[in-house]
Amino acid sequence: MLSAIVFLPLAGAIIIGLLVRPARWVRYVAATVAVADLALAIWAFVLFDTSVPQGLQMVERADWISAFRIQYFLGVDGLSMPLVLLTALLGMCAVFASWHIQERVREYFVWLLVLQTAVTGVFVAQDFILFFIFWEMELVPMYLLISVWGTGRRENSAMKFVAFTFLGSAFMLAAILVVFFSVHSFDMEALATAGLGRLLVPTRVVFLFFFLAFAIKLPVWPVHTWLPDAHTDAPTAVSVMLAGVLLKMGGYGLIRINLGMFPQEAATLGGPMMALAVISVLYGAMVVFRQSDLKRLVAYSSVSHMGFVLLGISSVGAAARGVLNPVGLNGAALQMFSHGVITGLLFLLVGLVYERAHTRHIPHLGGLASRMPFIATVFLIAGLASLGLPATSGFVAEFLVFVGTFRVAAWPTALAAFGVVLAAGYILWMIERSLFGPQVARHEGVTDASLVDAVPMVALVIAIVAVGLYPAVLTNVFSAGLGPIIARFGP
Amino acid sequence: MTVHDIYLLSPELALVALGLAIVLLDLVVQRKGVLGAVALVGLVVPFALSILLWGDVHAEPTETLSGLFGTLVVDKFALFFKFLVLGIVALLVLASTDYVSKLSRSQGEYYALILLSATGMMLLAATTDLIAIYVALELASLPVAALIAMLHTDPRSPEAGIKFLLLSAMSSAILLYGMAFIYGFTGSTKLPVIAHLISSTATPGVPLGAYPVLLGVVLVVAGFGFKLSAAPFHMWTPDVYEGAPTPITAFLSVASKAAAFAVTLRVFYVAFEGVSLDWALLFAALSALSMTVGNVVAIAQSNIKRLLGYSTIAHAGYMLVGVAAIAARAPAGDGSLGPQGVLFYLGAYAATNLAAFFAVIAVCNKIGSERIEDFAGMARRAPWLAGVLAFALVSLTGIPPTAGFMGKLFLFSAAVDTGLLWLAVVGVVNSVVSAYYYLRVVKVMYLQPPPSEEQVPSSVPFRAALAVAAIGVLVLGVLPGPLLDVARAAVATIVP
Repeated sequence: MLSAIVFLPLAGAIIIGLLVRPARWVRYVAATVAVADLALAIWAFVLFDTSVPQGLQMVERADWISAFRIQYFLGVDGLSMPLVLLTALLGMCAVFASWHIQERVREYFVWLLVLQTAVTGVFVAQDFILFFIFWEMELVPMYLLISVWGTGRRENSAMKFVAFTFLGSAFMLAAILVVFFSVHSFDMEALATAGLGRLLVPTRVVFLFFFLAFAIKLPVWPVHTWLPDAHTDAPTAVSVMLAGVLLKMGGYGLIRINLGMFPQEAATLGGPMMALAVISVLYGAMVVFRQSDLKRLVAYSSVSHMGFVLLGISSVGAAARGVLNPVGLNGAALQMFSHGVITGLLFLLVGLVYERAHTRHIPHLGGLASRMPFIATVFLIAGLASLGLPATSGFVAEFLVFVGTFRVAAWPTALAAFGVVLAAGYILWMIERSLFGPQVARHEGVTDASLVDAVPMVALVIAIVAVGLYPAVLTNVFSAGLGPIIARFGP
Repeated sequence: MTVHDIYLLSPELALVALGLAIVLLDLVVQRKGVLGAVALVGLVVPFALSILLWGDVHAEPTETLSGLFGTLVVDKFALFFKFLVLGIVALLVLASTDYVSKLSRSQGEYYALILLSATGMMLLAATTDLIAIYVALELASLPVAALIAMLHTDPRSPEAGIKFLLLSAMSSAILLYGMAFIYGFTGSTKLPVIAHLISSTATPGVPLGAYPVLLGVVLVVAGFGFKLSAAPFHMWTPDVYEGAPTPITAFLSVASKAAAFAVTLRVFYVAFEGVSLDWALLFAALSALSMTVGNVVAIAQSNIKRLLGYSTIAHAGYMLVGVAAIAARAPAGDGSLGPQGVLFYLGAYAATNLAAFFAVIAVCNKIGSERIEDFAGMARRAPWLAGVLAFALVSLTGIPPTAGFMGKLFLFSAAVDTGLLWLAVVGVVNSVVSAYYYLRVVKVMYLQPPPSEEQVPSSVPFRAALAVAAIGVLVLGVLPGPLLDVARAAVATIVP
């Protein structure tokens, strides 16, 4: 089941690469694969049993390299499952958002599908080597997608993205090897449940190595600088994947490895982590106001919103010793899903606007709402969700983060909450200036979204509102997965 | 010399015959392209004979066949190196098809000398007698000196050839001197006899059991260190690598190194097994020094061949980790992990370095320069070559899913298991340092604008060689199991 979800896109990529020639059929095959993958992911989500208190489900385990006890080991728990669903959902949206790509169509869809396999693999791999291979595998398609199909200084942005991630990976690999040499195991589940014990190197160093790798990916200030460039220059669908799921790899790693395997270090370092989170939230939000490029604006808002994820993560460790504080972490996990669909949708819409108006420069936009009412409506919904309007997923997630954090650290929470106020400011300002206001003559001929464009928009709006109205559909699953991790912080 | 001896020696004899046949053929054929094809097809014979021998060795209860008055052994260890050297030569012949046109008058000699040198390398892994080791070593080295000097158009090439010849002669002299001490103390040139005498007469408290042996071993290590290009005996490596024709540089960096490690492992694990704790420290020090010198100096290089030269010094250091990780230090578990790791790493390194050098051959042939900055924009001019080179460099850095990562994992975990944690830490830190200069090449190829949009041409045999090497890097990184099993079987004969 999990293997199918992970490798179906790769199989699709191979089929397209070897067999399918006409661009039209390439799109159809890619869309079929993506929809089938989403269907499989939904099915897995339905089959996922939240009543099982802990442990992995749908486990697939086989010896791979027996000399080092490296396994082919896939499994999902409550933390992975919604992220797998998110990846499949945004993967489908990315395929539809790429419908109008004209240049080297076949290669484009091949790499897009490979990317989906790599990211899904990260969320389900339970063996460190497998995890790391999927983690690195994502770099190749990302580099090519940005540098070949991007805009602007695309090659520089692609390389910057690869360089930052690679730097983090080097530290992560060193940390993984230290763990292996100390306890002779790559089995992530066993390492998390049995505890690591004494390592060859001080545990804090290993913790920080992992933290650096995931903080770059999340991204956390001050290692966020790759993000605005990569987002701005990537093609629309790749921005969707990048903001929607690739950033979540960082949050996932922090929760699964830094919290799950190093509870003591996470508790001692909760304060500094929280400080970084607050800086990310406020710094990201303030820089947004300086942006005149629509895409760059959304990109910096991601830095701010992912700061909430780190805030929720740090709240677990910042609680007094022995006190379990699950609310903030649940909020952080939900924020990952919520930010994925909301920002994915925002990038999709920015892409549509750019495709029609041929500019992303906000002062050159304006008055588009009357020409493209459907896009404008969805844009408004996405914007309101992004600033955390009740009845959208954004509200529930951020609310939970604040509730969880406020208990343990009132002042940082109050500061971070100011980020929401700033978000309301920049989102409304952006929508007002780009969509409303007087009509601009140069946008005479623009049209509304086509049917193909509407598919991902509708799917994502449904997800946003559904989670906003009935968050339990996700929070039940998340808390099943986070429970055991939080329990390790107990006395 | 009996018929059985000839059978045991048959892969080497077939290789020599093939080399001589090519020299003769060179006199009569006009189209020199035939020579490469004959060499490639002819390699099937020694390969098939080696497979036959593997079957015979496997059937033997001791897994060892010996002949020629006890100087020649055919065991799985020797056969492993026969296969490795033959595989390297086959890929090299394939990849040389474009390059040999530069050597207009000496194409026959080019192939023949490679085959003769390969014969010496195969013998080097298959002898247990100090005299035979010396003869095999010379047979492996002398043709290489001629090969290095073969590129008459470039003044650096004869210079490198002379340099290699002189330093090789000097290192041989040092090696012989060391062997003389060992013979003088033990009265035998046969490794098993030496082993018996040394362990039975060892004086406690004296390094290596006796001072003459200590002196002899230090000199032997110096002599082998030259062949391994391990620091501090590495001085010749960058100059020779830069001056030699690039395929020969590739040959030196993988085949010579493999043979040198074969003989080092055989001599030290068989003859000096009883006093392994002492020489293991010597190798650990050499290893740390090689890794550090190779990687640190490589950072400053601007010539791609010199860079790979220093990288090969660093990799000799990584592999010496496996030599130093001896069984006597392993409190529990598999004591042969270190040598197994060396054998696996040699295979992985051969695939990786050949892939890197092949790409360099094609690119340098086209742009007429070996400067790294002239690789700018290769990603656009030759996407496949640049991709393979980048992948090979990632493997040299040691990042999954590549052969280089598996090799390093093997060697470093052997070091940790044998209490050499500090050496593993030195190795990991060095790998991180190496990422800087390897990835700088990738950065130049992918990020800087190309000076021209001209494509880089390559022939079909060349592409086949490149593809085989690159696929080898990936396969060994994802499915290392089969090669690990072979390495384990091969090592079982020298580490009981």
